[in-house]
Amino acid sequence: MTALTDLTIVEARAGLTAGEFSARELTQAYIDAMTAARGLNAYIAETPDHALAQADAADQAIRAGTAGPLAGIPLGIKDLFCTEGVHSQASSKMLDGFKPAYESTVTSNLWRDGAVMLGKLSMDEFAMGSSNETSYAGAVINPWRAQGSDQNLVPGGSSGGSSAAVAAHIAAGATGTDTGGSIRQPAAFTGTVGIKPTYGRCSRWGIISYASSLDQAGPIARTVRDAALMLGSMAGYDPKDSTSINRPVPNYRAALTGDIRGLKVGIPKEYRPDTLPPEIQKLWDQGVAWLKDGGAEIREVSLPHTQYALATYYIVAPAEASSNLARYDGVRYGLRVNGSNLNDMYAKSRGAGFGGEVKRRILIGTYVLSAGYYDAYYLKAQKVRSLIARDFATAFQDVDVLLTPTAPSAAFAVGETTDPISMYLNDVFTVPASLAGLPAMSVPTGLSSTGLPLGLQLIGRVFDEETVLNVGSVIERAAKFTARPTSWWRA
Amino acid sequence: MSIDLSTVRRIANLARIEVAEEELPPLATELNKILAFVEQLEAVNTDDVQPLTSVVDAQLPQRVDEVTDGGYPDRVLANAPHAEHGFFTVPKVIE
Repeated sequence: MTALTDLTIVEARAGLTAGEFSARELTQAYIDAMTAARGLNAYIAETPDHALAQADAADQAIRAGTAGPLAGIPLGIKDLFCTEGVHSQASSKMLDGFKPAYESTVTSNLWRDGAVMLGKLSMDEFAMGSSNETSYAGAVINPWRAQGSDQNLVPGGSSGGSSAAVAAHIAAGATGTDTGGSIRQPAAFTGTVGIKPTYGRCSRWGIISYASSLDQAGPIARTVRDAALMLGSMAGYDPKDSTSINRPVPNYRAALTGDIRGLKVGIPKEYRPDTLPPEIQKLWDQGVAWLKDGGAEIREVSLPHTQYALATYYIVAPAEASSNLARYDGVRYGLRVNGSNLNDMYAKSRGAGFGGEVKRRILIGTYVLSAGYYDAYYLKAQKVRSLIARDFATAFQDVDVLLTPTAPSAAFAVGETTDPISMYLNDVFTVPASLAGLPAMSVPTGLSSTGLPLGLQLIGRVFDEETVLNVGSVIERAAKFTARPTSWWRA
Repeated sequence: MSIDLSTVRRIANLARIEVAEEELPPLATELNKILAFVEQLEAVNTDDVQPLTSVVDAQLPQRVDEVTDGGYPDRVLANAPHAEHGFFTVPKVIE
Protein backbone atom coordinates (compact mmCIF):
# COMPACT_ATOMS: atom_id res chain seq x y z
CA MET A 1 0.00 0.00 0.00
CA THR A 2 1.17 3.51 -0.81
CA ALA A 3 2.10 5.56 2.25
CA LEU A 4 -0.42 8.34 2.86
CA THR A 5 2.42 10.87 2.60
CA ASP A 6 3.18 9.70 -0.95
CA LEU A 7 -0.22 10.75 -2.28
CA THR A 8 -0.45 13.95 -4.28
CA ILE A 9 -2.90 16.57 -3.04
CA VAL A 10 -5.38 15.61 -5.74
CA GLU A 11 -5.09 11.90 -4.82
CA ALA A 12 -5.36 12.64 -1.10
CA ARG A 13 -8.49 14.73 -1.67
CA ALA A 14 -10.05 11.83 -3.60
CA GLY A 15 -9.15 9.39 -0.81
CA LEU A 16 -10.62 11.70 1.82
CA THR A 17 -13.82 12.21 -0.13
CA ALA A 18 -14.19 8.46 -0.67
CA GLY A 19 -13.65 7.85 3.05
CA GLU A 20 -10.57 5.65 2.49
CA PHE A 21 -8.82 7.47 5.32
CA SER A 22 -9.54 10.46 7.53
CA ALA A 23 -7.90 13.87 7.55
CA ARG A 24 -6.68 13.03 11.06
CA GLU A 25 -4.94 9.86 9.77
CA LEU A 26 -3.41 11.75 6.87
CA THR A 27 -2.27 14.58 9.14
CA GLN A 28 -0.83 12.17 11.72
CA ALA A 29 1.15 10.44 8.96
CA TYR A 30 2.65 13.80 8.00
CA ILE A 31 3.36 14.75 11.61
CA ASP A 32 5.25 11.44 12.05
CA ALA A 33 7.21 12.04 8.84
CA MET A 34 7.94 15.65 9.84
CA THR A 35 9.20 14.55 13.26
CA ALA A 36 11.44 11.91 11.71
CA ALA A 37 12.93 14.45 9.30
CA ARG A 38 14.22 17.02 11.77
CA GLY A 39 17.71 16.44 10.40
CA LEU A 40 16.69 18.38 7.28
CA ASN A 41 15.97 21.46 9.42
CA ALA A 42 13.08 22.36 7.09
CA TYR A 43 10.57 23.33 9.79
CA ILE A 44 11.46 26.25 12.02
CA ALA A 45 8.32 25.68 14.13
CA GLU A 46 6.12 22.57 14.23
CA THR A 47 2.43 22.94 15.09
CA PRO A 48 1.12 19.36 15.42
CA ASP A 49 -1.72 20.15 17.84
CA HIS A 50 -2.95 22.96 15.63
CA ALA A 51 -2.75 20.58 12.64
CA LEU A 52 -4.80 17.85 14.32
CA ALA A 53 -7.48 20.33 15.38
CA GLN A 54 -7.75 21.58 11.79
CA ALA A 55 -7.80 17.97 10.55
CA ASP A 56 -10.71 17.15 12.86
CA ALA A 57 -12.59 20.17 11.55
CA ALA A 58 -11.88 18.98 8.00
CA ASP A 59 -13.20 15.50 8.82
CA GLN A 60 -16.41 17.06 10.11
CA ALA A 61 -16.76 19.19 6.98
CA ILE A 62 -16.16 16.17 4.76
CA ARG A 63 -18.88 14.23 6.61
CA ALA A 64 -21.22 17.20 6.40
CA GLY A 65 -20.55 17.65 2.68
CA THR A 66 -19.27 21.19 3.16
CA ALA A 67 -15.58 20.45 2.55
CA GLY A 68 -13.50 23.02 0.67
CA PRO A 69 -11.11 22.17 -2.17
CA LEU A 70 -8.16 21.68 0.21
CA ALA A 71 -10.04 20.11 3.12
CA GLY A 72 -7.73 17.96 5.22
CA ILE A 73 -4.57 18.62 3.17
CA PRO A 74 -1.49 19.10 5.40
CA LEU A 75 0.64 22.02 4.23
CA GLY A 76 3.80 23.73 5.40
CA ILE A 77 3.78 27.53 5.55
CA LYS A 78 6.84 29.64 4.84
CA ASP A 79 7.90 31.62 7.92
CA LEU A 80 7.36 34.86 5.94
CA PHE A 81 3.56 34.49 6.26
CA CYS A 82 2.00 35.91 9.41
CA THR A 83 0.00 33.20 11.13
CA GLU A 84 -2.05 34.24 14.12
CA GLY A 85 -0.48 33.27 17.43
CA VAL A 86 2.18 31.16 15.71
CA HIS A 87 5.93 31.72 15.14
CA SER A 88 6.32 34.20 12.23
CA GLN A 89 9.88 35.47 12.14
CA ALA A 90 11.04 35.40 8.51
CA SER A 91 13.81 33.15 9.90
CA SER A 92 15.31 36.23 11.58
CA LYS A 93 16.52 36.90 15.08
CA MET A 94 15.25 40.47 14.54
CA LEU A 95 11.68 39.16 14.94
CA ASP A 96 12.58 37.18 18.05
CA GLY A 97 9.42 35.91 19.73
CA PHE A 98 7.03 37.56 17.25
CA LYS A 99 3.58 35.96 17.20
CA PRO A 100 1.21 38.01 15.04
CA ALA A 101 -2.24 38.98 16.26
CA TYR A 102 -3.56 38.49 12.73
CA GLU A 103 -3.50 36.06 9.82
CA SER A 104 -2.13 36.79 6.32
CA THR A 105 -4.74 36.87 3.56
CA VAL A 106 -3.12 34.01 1.63
CA THR A 107 -3.07 31.67 4.63
CA SER A 108 -6.62 32.75 5.58
CA ASN A 109 -7.68 31.68 2.09
CA LEU A 110 -6.03 28.28 2.57
CA TRP A 111 -7.76 27.71 5.94
CA ARG A 112 -11.08 28.88 4.42
CA ASP A 113 -10.66 26.05 1.90
CA GLY A 114 -9.95 23.50 4.63
CA ALA A 115 -6.15 23.15 4.55
CA VAL A 116 -4.18 22.02 7.60
CA MET A 117 -1.00 23.72 8.86
CA LEU A 118 1.80 21.37 9.93
CA GLY A 119 4.15 24.17 10.88
CA LYS A 120 6.29 27.05 9.67
CA LEU A 121 9.04 26.45 7.17
CA SER A 122 12.50 27.90 7.34
CA MET A 123 13.77 30.28 4.68
CA ASP A 124 16.62 32.65 3.94
CA GLU A 125 16.42 35.48 6.46
CA PHE A 126 13.81 38.00 5.26
CA ALA A 127 13.76 36.04 1.96
CA MET A 128 17.24 37.31 1.08
CA GLY A 129 19.22 34.46 -0.35
CA SER A 130 19.31 31.65 -2.88
CA SER A 131 20.44 28.74 -0.72
CA ASN A 132 18.54 28.90 2.58
CA GLU A 133 21.83 29.28 4.43
CA THR A 134 21.03 32.74 5.85
CA SER A 135 18.26 31.55 8.22
CA TYR A 136 19.06 32.28 11.86
CA ALA A 137 18.06 28.66 12.54
CA GLY A 138 20.85 27.38 10.28
CA ALA A 139 20.94 25.91 6.79
CA VAL A 140 18.08 23.75 5.51
CA ILE A 141 19.34 20.53 3.94
CA ASN A 142 18.18 19.35 0.52
CA PRO A 143 16.69 15.83 0.68
CA TRP A 144 18.55 15.15 -2.57
CA ARG A 145 22.18 14.06 -2.58
CA ALA A 146 24.48 13.47 -5.50
CA GLN A 147 24.93 9.83 -6.47
CA GLY A 148 27.34 8.06 -4.15
CA SER A 149 27.82 11.17 -2.00
CA ASP A 150 26.75 11.99 1.54
CA GLN A 151 27.57 15.69 1.21
CA ASN A 152 24.77 18.03 2.30
CA LEU A 153 23.35 20.15 -0.52
CA VAL A 154 21.29 23.35 -0.33
CA PRO A 155 17.56 23.22 -1.20
CA GLY A 156 17.71 26.60 -2.95
CA GLY A 157 16.23 29.77 -1.56
CA SER A 158 14.68 31.70 -0.27
CA SER A 159 11.76 29.21 -0.03
CA GLY A 160 14.19 26.39 0.79
CA GLY A 161 12.28 25.00 3.76
CA SER A 162 9.22 24.83 1.50
CA SER A 163 10.99 23.02 -1.34
CA ALA A 164 12.81 20.62 1.00
CA ALA A 165 9.58 19.76 2.85
CA VAL A 166 7.64 19.05 -0.34
CA ALA A 167 10.48 16.96 -1.83
CA ALA A 168 10.90 14.97 1.39
CA HIS A 169 7.12 14.32 1.59
CA ILE A 170 6.89 16.01 4.99
CA ALA A 171 4.26 18.39 3.58
CA ALA A 172 1.76 17.69 0.81
CA GLY A 173 2.41 21.19 -0.51
CA ALA A 174 3.84 24.43 0.81
CA THR A 175 3.49 28.15 0.42
CA GLY A 176 6.45 30.07 -0.91
CA THR A 177 7.19 33.62 -1.91
CA ASP A 178 9.19 34.79 -4.87
CA THR A 179 10.95 38.14 -5.21
CA GLY A 180 13.63 37.24 -7.75
CA GLY A 181 13.25 33.47 -8.06
CA SER A 182 12.64 32.30 -4.50
CA ILE A 183 9.89 29.83 -5.49
CA ARG A 184 11.24 28.67 -8.85
CA GLN A 185 14.94 28.10 -8.07
CA PRO A 186 14.24 26.02 -4.90
CA ALA A 187 11.67 24.02 -6.87
CA ALA A 188 14.29 23.30 -9.54
CA PHE A 189 16.84 22.25 -6.90
CA THR A 190 14.46 19.75 -5.29
CA GLY A 191 12.52 18.20 -8.18
CA THR A 192 9.31 20.01 -7.25
CA VAL A 193 6.88 22.31 -9.07
CA GLY A 194 6.82 25.99 -8.09
CA ILE A 195 4.79 28.80 -9.61
CA LYS A 196 5.04 32.54 -9.03
CA PRO A 197 1.82 34.05 -10.34
CA THR A 198 1.43 37.50 -11.87
CA TYR A 199 2.30 40.32 -9.49
CA GLY A 200 -0.97 41.25 -7.75
CA ARG A 201 -2.61 37.83 -8.14
CA CYS A 202 -2.01 36.89 -4.49
CA SER A 203 -2.47 39.42 -1.73
CA ARG A 204 0.73 40.52 0.00
CA TRP A 205 -1.21 41.49 3.14
CA GLY A 206 0.31 39.78 6.17
CA ILE A 207 3.39 38.60 4.27
CA ILE A 208 6.52 40.10 5.83
CA SER A 209 7.82 42.51 3.19
CA TYR A 210 11.15 42.31 1.43
CA ALA A 211 10.85 44.21 -1.89
CA SER A 212 7.23 45.23 -2.28
CA SER A 213 7.18 45.83 -6.05
CA LEU A 214 8.46 42.28 -6.62
CA ASP A 215 7.21 40.10 -3.73
CA GLN A 216 4.57 37.57 -4.74
CA ALA A 217 3.27 34.41 -3.07
CA GLY A 218 2.80 31.07 -4.78
CA PRO A 219 2.75 27.33 -4.10
CA ILE A 220 5.45 24.66 -4.20
CA ALA A 221 3.94 21.23 -4.85
CA ARG A 222 4.77 17.82 -6.27
CA THR A 223 2.71 18.10 -9.44
CA VAL A 224 1.44 20.84 -11.72
CA ARG A 225 -2.13 19.83 -10.88
CA ASP A 226 -1.47 20.21 -7.15
CA ALA A 227 0.15 23.60 -7.76
CA ALA A 228 -2.89 24.69 -9.78
CA LEU A 229 -5.21 23.60 -7.00
CA MET A 230 -3.23 25.44 -4.32
CA LEU A 231 -2.83 28.60 -6.40
CA GLY A 232 -6.58 28.69 -6.96
CA SER A 233 -7.06 28.92 -3.19
CA MET A 234 -4.20 31.32 -2.49
CA ALA A 235 -5.06 33.85 -5.21
CA GLY A 236 -7.77 36.47 -5.16
CA TYR A 237 -8.52 40.14 -4.76
CA ASP A 238 -7.90 41.66 -1.35
CA PRO A 239 -8.87 45.25 -0.58
CA LYS A 240 -6.21 45.23 2.16
CA ASP A 241 -3.43 45.11 -0.46
CA SER A 242 -3.64 48.13 -2.78
CA THR A 243 -1.62 46.29 -5.45
CA SER A 244 -3.89 43.25 -5.38
CA ILE A 245 -5.67 42.83 -8.71
CA ASN A 246 -9.45 42.93 -8.79
CA ARG A 247 -10.25 40.30 -11.38
CA PRO A 248 -11.69 36.83 -11.06
CA VAL A 249 -9.36 33.90 -10.36
CA PRO A 250 -9.69 31.42 -13.22
CA ASN A 251 -10.27 27.73 -12.60
CA TYR A 252 -6.62 26.75 -12.94
CA ARG A 253 -7.23 23.01 -12.91
CA ALA A 254 -9.65 23.35 -15.79
CA ALA A 255 -6.86 25.04 -17.75
CA LEU A 256 -4.83 21.81 -17.72
CA THR A 257 -6.20 20.44 -20.98
CA GLY A 258 -2.83 19.16 -22.19
CA ASP A 259 -3.71 20.58 -25.60
CA ILE A 260 -0.99 22.93 -26.86
CA ARG A 261 -1.56 22.52 -30.59
CA GLY A 262 -0.78 25.74 -32.41
CA LEU A 263 0.58 27.41 -29.30
CA LYS A 264 3.63 29.57 -29.98
CA VAL A 265 6.53 28.95 -27.61
CA GLY A 266 9.40 31.45 -27.52
CA ILE A 267 13.01 30.48 -26.85
CA PRO A 268 14.92 33.57 -25.69
CA LYS A 269 18.37 33.47 -27.23
CA GLU A 270 19.85 35.60 -24.43
CA TYR A 271 19.21 32.78 -21.93
CA ARG A 272 22.01 30.77 -23.52
CA PRO A 273 25.22 32.15 -22.02
CA ASP A 274 28.54 30.52 -22.96
CA THR A 275 28.78 29.28 -19.39
CA LEU A 276 25.52 27.30 -19.57
CA PRO A 277 26.38 23.70 -18.63
CA PRO A 278 25.85 21.31 -21.59
CA GLU A 279 23.48 19.11 -19.58
CA ILE A 280 21.17 22.09 -18.95
CA GLN A 281 21.29 23.02 -22.63
CA LYS A 282 20.44 19.41 -23.47
CA LEU A 283 17.50 19.42 -21.08
CA TRP A 284 16.26 22.66 -22.60
CA ASP A 285 16.51 21.18 -26.13
CA GLN A 286 14.58 18.18 -24.84
CA GLY A 287 11.87 20.49 -23.51
CA VAL A 288 11.62 22.14 -26.91
CA ALA A 289 11.25 18.71 -28.54
CA TRP A 290 8.47 17.70 -26.12
CA LEU A 291 6.49 20.85 -26.87
CA LYS A 292 7.00 20.37 -30.62
CA ASP A 293 5.69 16.81 -30.25
CA GLY A 294 2.65 18.28 -28.52
CA GLY A 295 1.93 20.42 -31.57
CA ALA A 296 3.42 23.73 -30.40
CA GLU A 297 5.28 26.00 -32.74
CA ILE A 298 8.76 27.01 -31.55
CA ARG A 299 10.16 30.45 -32.26
CA GLU A 300 13.41 32.08 -31.23
CA VAL A 301 12.82 35.43 -29.57
CA SER A 302 15.11 38.15 -28.28
CA LEU A 303 15.01 39.80 -24.87
CA PRO A 304 17.97 42.15 -25.41
CA HIS A 305 18.16 43.63 -21.91
CA THR A 306 18.30 40.27 -20.12
CA GLN A 307 21.97 40.70 -19.23
CA TYR A 308 21.10 43.78 -17.14
CA ALA A 309 18.34 42.16 -15.10
CA LEU A 310 20.46 41.01 -12.16
CA ALA A 311 22.16 44.39 -11.74
CA THR A 312 18.75 46.08 -11.92
CA TYR A 313 17.38 43.69 -9.34
CA TYR A 314 20.30 44.23 -6.97
CA ILE A 315 19.53 47.95 -6.91
CA VAL A 316 15.73 47.87 -6.81
CA ALA A 317 15.32 45.03 -4.29
CA PRO A 318 17.83 46.33 -1.69
CA ALA A 319 16.42 49.85 -2.06
CA GLU A 320 12.92 48.62 -1.27
CA ALA A 321 14.27 46.36 1.47
CA SER A 322 16.11 49.20 3.21
CA SER A 323 12.82 51.08 3.36
CA ASN A 324 10.66 48.09 4.37
CA LEU A 325 13.05 46.88 7.06
CA ALA A 326 13.22 50.31 8.67
CA ARG A 327 10.20 49.16 10.69
CA TYR A 328 12.37 46.88 12.86
CA ASP A 329 13.17 49.40 15.54
CA GLY A 330 13.17 47.36 18.75
CA VAL A 331 10.04 49.23 19.86
CA ARG A 332 6.96 47.56 18.43
CA TYR A 333 7.95 43.92 18.07
CA GLY A 334 10.91 41.61 17.95
CA LEU A 335 14.37 41.97 19.39
CA ARG A 336 15.37 44.91 21.53
CA VAL A 337 18.89 45.58 22.75
CA ASN A 338 19.09 48.43 25.20
CA GLY A 339 21.30 51.41 24.42
CA SER A 340 22.37 54.69 25.99
CA ASN A 341 19.73 56.62 24.04
CA LEU A 342 17.00 56.03 21.44
CA ASN A 343 19.33 56.06 18.41
CA ASP A 344 21.78 53.77 20.16
CA MET A 345 18.96 51.37 21.01
CA TYR A 346 17.86 51.28 17.33
CA ALA A 347 21.40 50.66 16.09
CA LYS A 348 22.21 48.02 18.70
CA SER A 349 18.91 46.18 18.18
CA ARG A 350 19.31 46.15 14.39
CA GLY A 351 23.01 45.34 14.60
CA ALA A 352 22.26 42.30 16.76
CA GLY A 353 19.01 41.27 15.05
CA PHE A 354 19.94 41.22 11.35
CA GLY A 355 22.29 38.67 9.80
CA GLY A 356 25.13 39.46 7.40
CA GLU A 357 23.26 39.25 4.08
CA VAL A 358 20.34 41.33 5.36
CA LYS A 359 22.73 44.01 6.63
CA ARG A 360 24.54 44.06 3.28
CA ARG A 361 21.30 44.59 1.40
CA ILE A 362 20.01 47.26 3.77
CA LEU A 363 23.31 49.14 3.47
CA ILE A 364 23.37 48.88 -0.35
CA GLY A 365 19.75 50.02 -0.42
CA THR A 366 20.45 52.92 1.91
CA TYR A 367 23.40 53.95 -0.25
CA VAL A 368 21.58 53.85 -3.61
CA LEU A 369 18.71 55.89 -2.17
CA SER A 370 20.92 58.42 -0.39
CA ALA A 371 21.21 62.04 -1.46
CA GLY A 372 23.33 62.43 -4.60
CA TYR A 373 23.10 58.76 -5.64
CA TYR A 374 19.37 58.26 -6.15
CA ASP A 375 19.38 59.25 -9.85
CA ALA A 376 22.58 57.39 -10.71
CA TYR A 377 21.46 54.12 -9.17
CA TYR A 378 17.79 53.80 -8.29
CA LEU A 379 16.23 55.91 -11.04
CA LYS A 380 18.59 54.39 -13.59
CA ALA A 381 17.62 50.88 -12.46
CA GLN A 382 13.90 51.66 -12.68
CA LYS A 383 14.45 52.88 -16.26
CA VAL A 384 16.31 49.72 -17.23
CA ARG A 385 13.48 47.80 -15.58
CA SER A 386 11.09 49.50 -18.02
CA LEU A 387 13.26 48.27 -20.90
CA ILE A 388 13.26 44.72 -19.51
CA ALA A 389 9.46 44.78 -19.20
CA ARG A 390 9.22 46.18 -22.74
CA ASP A 391 11.39 43.31 -24.06
CA PHE A 392 8.87 40.82 -22.71
CA ALA A 393 5.88 42.78 -24.04
CA THR A 394 7.46 42.78 -27.50
CA ALA A 395 8.22 39.05 -27.37
CA PHE A 396 4.65 38.29 -26.30
CA GLN A 397 3.36 39.93 -29.47
CA ASP A 398 4.83 36.93 -31.31
CA VAL A 399 4.61 34.07 -28.82
CA ASP A 400 2.26 32.82 -26.08
CA VAL A 401 4.78 31.53 -23.55
CA LEU A 402 8.56 31.36 -23.08
CA LEU A 403 10.62 28.28 -22.22
CA THR A 404 13.98 28.66 -20.44
CA PRO A 405 16.09 26.81 -17.88
CA THR A 406 15.14 27.68 -14.27
CA ALA A 407 18.63 27.83 -12.80
CA PRO A 408 22.16 27.74 -14.22
CA SER A 409 23.15 24.67 -12.17
CA ALA A 410 21.85 21.84 -10.01
CA ALA A 411 21.88 22.18 -6.21
CA PHE A 412 25.30 23.00 -4.78
CA ALA A 413 26.88 22.06 -1.47
CA VAL A 414 26.15 23.80 1.82
CA GLY A 415 28.96 26.30 2.41
CA GLU A 416 30.20 26.09 -1.19
CA THR A 417 29.13 29.55 -2.38
CA THR A 418 30.35 32.31 -0.10
CA ASP A 419 30.76 35.26 -2.47
CA PRO A 420 27.54 37.37 -2.64
CA ILE A 421 27.79 38.01 -6.40
CA SER A 422 28.24 34.30 -7.19
CA MET A 423 25.18 33.60 -5.06
CA TYR A 424 23.18 36.28 -6.92
CA LEU A 425 23.99 34.59 -10.26
CA ASN A 426 21.71 31.70 -9.27
CA ASP A 427 18.78 33.91 -10.14
CA VAL A 428 19.99 34.94 -13.59
CA PHE A 429 17.07 33.19 -15.38
CA THR A 430 14.36 33.95 -12.82
CA VAL A 431 14.92 37.64 -12.03
CA PRO A 432 13.82 39.09 -15.41
CA ALA A 433 10.24 37.76 -15.12
CA SER A 434 10.08 39.09 -11.54
CA LEU A 435 11.11 42.57 -12.67
CA ALA A 436 8.35 42.46 -15.28
CA GLY A 437 5.76 41.02 -12.85
CA LEU A 438 5.04 38.03 -15.12
CA PRO A 439 3.78 34.59 -14.07
CA ALA A 440 6.51 31.94 -14.20
CA MET A 441 6.82 28.33 -13.13
CA SER A 442 9.55 25.73 -12.69
CA VAL A 443 8.78 22.12 -13.63
CA PRO A 444 11.14 19.23 -12.83
CA THR A 445 12.29 17.65 -16.07
CA GLY A 446 15.30 15.48 -15.46
CA LEU A 447 18.39 14.59 -13.47
CA SER A 448 21.91 15.92 -13.83
CA SER A 449 24.86 13.61 -14.52
CA THR A 450 25.26 13.32 -10.73
CA GLY A 451 21.60 12.42 -10.20
CA LEU A 452 20.31 15.80 -9.04
CA PRO A 453 17.03 17.35 -10.23
CA LEU A 454 16.95 20.04 -12.90
CA GLY A 455 14.00 22.18 -13.93
CA LEU A 456 12.71 24.17 -16.86
CA GLN A 457 10.96 27.50 -16.50
CA LEU A 458 7.85 28.72 -18.32
CA ILE A 459 7.12 32.44 -18.40
CA GLY A 460 3.68 33.68 -19.42
CA ARG A 461 1.87 36.87 -20.27
CA VAL A 462 0.53 39.05 -17.49
CA PHE A 463 -2.41 37.22 -15.79
CA ASP A 464 -1.95 34.17 -17.99
CA GLU A 465 -1.06 31.58 -15.37
CA GLU A 466 -3.39 29.22 -17.24
CA THR A 467 -1.11 28.86 -20.27
CA VAL A 468 1.94 28.53 -18.02
CA LEU A 469 0.25 25.74 -16.05
CA ASN A 470 -1.11 23.98 -19.12
CA VAL A 471 2.24 23.97 -20.95
CA GLY A 472 3.85 22.91 -17.67
CA SER A 473 1.51 19.94 -17.47
CA VAL A 474 2.54 18.90 -20.99
CA ILE A 475 6.23 19.02 -20.06
CA GLU A 476 5.50 17.19 -16.82
CA ARG A 477 3.72 14.38 -18.66
CA ALA A 478 6.49 14.08 -21.25
CA ALA A 479 9.32 14.24 -18.69
CA LYS A 480 7.78 11.52 -16.48
CA PHE A 481 9.85 12.82 -13.58
CA THR A 482 9.30 10.17 -10.93
CA ALA A 483 12.77 10.10 -9.34
CA ARG A 484 12.83 10.54 -5.56
CA PRO A 485 15.60 11.05 -3.06
CA THR A 486 16.37 8.08 -0.78
CA SER A 487 15.06 8.78 2.73
CA TRP A 488 18.54 8.94 4.31
CA TRP A 489 17.29 11.53 6.79
CA ARG A 490 14.69 9.35 8.49
CA ALA A 491 15.40 9.19 12.19
CA MET B 1 32.52 54.96 -7.69
CA SER B 2 34.08 53.33 -4.70
CA ILE B 3 33.06 53.70 -1.10
CA ASP B 4 35.55 54.13 1.72
CA LEU B 5 35.32 53.29 5.40
CA SER B 6 33.86 56.63 6.39
CA THR B 7 31.08 56.20 3.80
CA VAL B 8 30.27 52.73 5.16
CA ARG B 9 30.18 54.24 8.64
CA ARG B 10 27.86 57.00 7.40
CA ILE B 11 25.38 54.70 5.63
CA ALA B 12 25.40 52.28 8.59
CA ASN B 13 24.42 55.24 10.75
CA LEU B 14 21.72 56.28 8.25
CA ALA B 15 20.40 52.70 8.35
CA ARG B 16 20.68 52.63 12.16
CA ILE B 17 22.74 49.45 12.15
CA GLU B 18 25.62 49.21 14.60
CA VAL B 19 28.76 47.99 12.85
CA ALA B 20 31.93 47.30 14.84
CA GLU B 21 35.09 49.07 13.62
CA GLU B 22 36.75 45.78 12.66
CA GLU B 23 33.74 44.82 10.52
CA LEU B 24 34.00 47.98 8.41
CA PRO B 25 36.87 46.96 6.05
CA PRO B 26 35.40 43.58 4.96
CA LEU B 27 31.98 45.21 4.61
CA ALA B 28 33.44 47.98 2.43
CA THR B 29 35.07 45.35 0.21
CA GLU B 30 31.78 43.45 -0.21
CA LEU B 31 29.74 46.58 -0.85
CA ASN B 32 32.25 47.78 -3.44
CA LYS B 33 32.03 44.44 -5.23
CA ILE B 34 28.24 44.73 -5.38
CA LEU B 35 28.40 48.35 -6.54
CA ALA B 36 30.96 47.45 -9.22
CA PHE B 37 28.57 44.72 -10.37
CA VAL B 38 25.53 46.99 -10.62
CA GLU B 39 27.47 49.77 -12.33
CA GLN B 40 27.20 47.83 -15.61
CA LEU B 41 23.83 49.60 -15.98
CA GLU B 42 25.72 52.75 -16.99
CA ALA B 43 26.21 51.10 -20.39
CA VAL B 44 22.45 51.07 -21.08
CA ASN B 45 21.00 53.99 -22.97
CA THR B 46 17.96 55.13 -21.02
CA ASP B 47 17.40 58.49 -22.70
CA ASP B 48 13.66 59.06 -23.12
CA VAL B 49 12.82 55.98 -21.02
CA GLN B 50 10.34 56.46 -18.20
CA PRO B 51 11.16 54.69 -14.93
CA LEU B 52 8.88 51.73 -14.26
CA THR B 53 6.40 52.53 -11.54
CA SER B 54 4.00 49.58 -11.76
CA VAL B 55 4.56 46.14 -13.27
CA VAL B 56 0.88 45.59 -13.92
CA ASP B 57 -1.17 48.23 -15.65
CA ALA B 58 -3.61 49.02 -12.89
CA GLN B 59 -5.06 52.04 -11.16
CA LEU B 60 -4.60 52.22 -7.44
CA PRO B 61 -8.01 51.74 -5.88
CA GLN B 62 -9.56 54.42 -3.73
CA ARG B 63 -11.92 54.04 -0.83
CA VAL B 64 -13.85 56.28 1.50
CA ASP B 65 -11.56 57.81 4.12
CA GLU B 66 -13.01 56.27 7.24
CA VAL B 67 -11.76 54.25 10.19
CA THR B 68 -12.22 50.56 9.37
CA ASP B 69 -9.96 48.93 11.92
CA GLY B 70 -8.49 49.41 15.37
CA GLY B 71 -9.67 49.80 18.94
CA TYR B 72 -7.57 47.00 20.37
CA PRO B 73 -4.41 48.44 21.94
CA ASP B 74 -3.73 45.20 23.80
CA ARG B 75 -3.31 43.29 20.53
CA VAL B 76 -1.19 46.08 19.06
CA LEU B 77 1.10 46.04 22.09
CA ALA B 78 1.15 42.26 22.50
CA ASN B 79 4.53 41.87 20.78
CA ALA B 80 6.21 44.97 22.17
CA PRO B 81 9.48 44.24 23.99
CA HIS B 82 8.50 46.98 26.49
CA ALA B 83 5.05 48.46 26.98
CA GLU B 84 3.48 50.33 29.90
CA HIS B 85 0.06 51.81 30.54
CA GLY B 86 -1.12 51.07 27.00
CA PHE B 87 1.90 52.64 25.30
CA PHE B 88 5.13 51.53 23.64
CA THR B 89 8.08 52.64 25.74
CA VAL B 90 11.47 53.84 24.51
CA PRO B 91 14.61 55.21 26.21
CA LYS B 92 14.27 58.81 27.37
CA VAL B 93 14.55 61.18 24.40
CA ILE B 94 14.66 64.53 26.24
CA GLU B 95 17.50 65.69 28.46
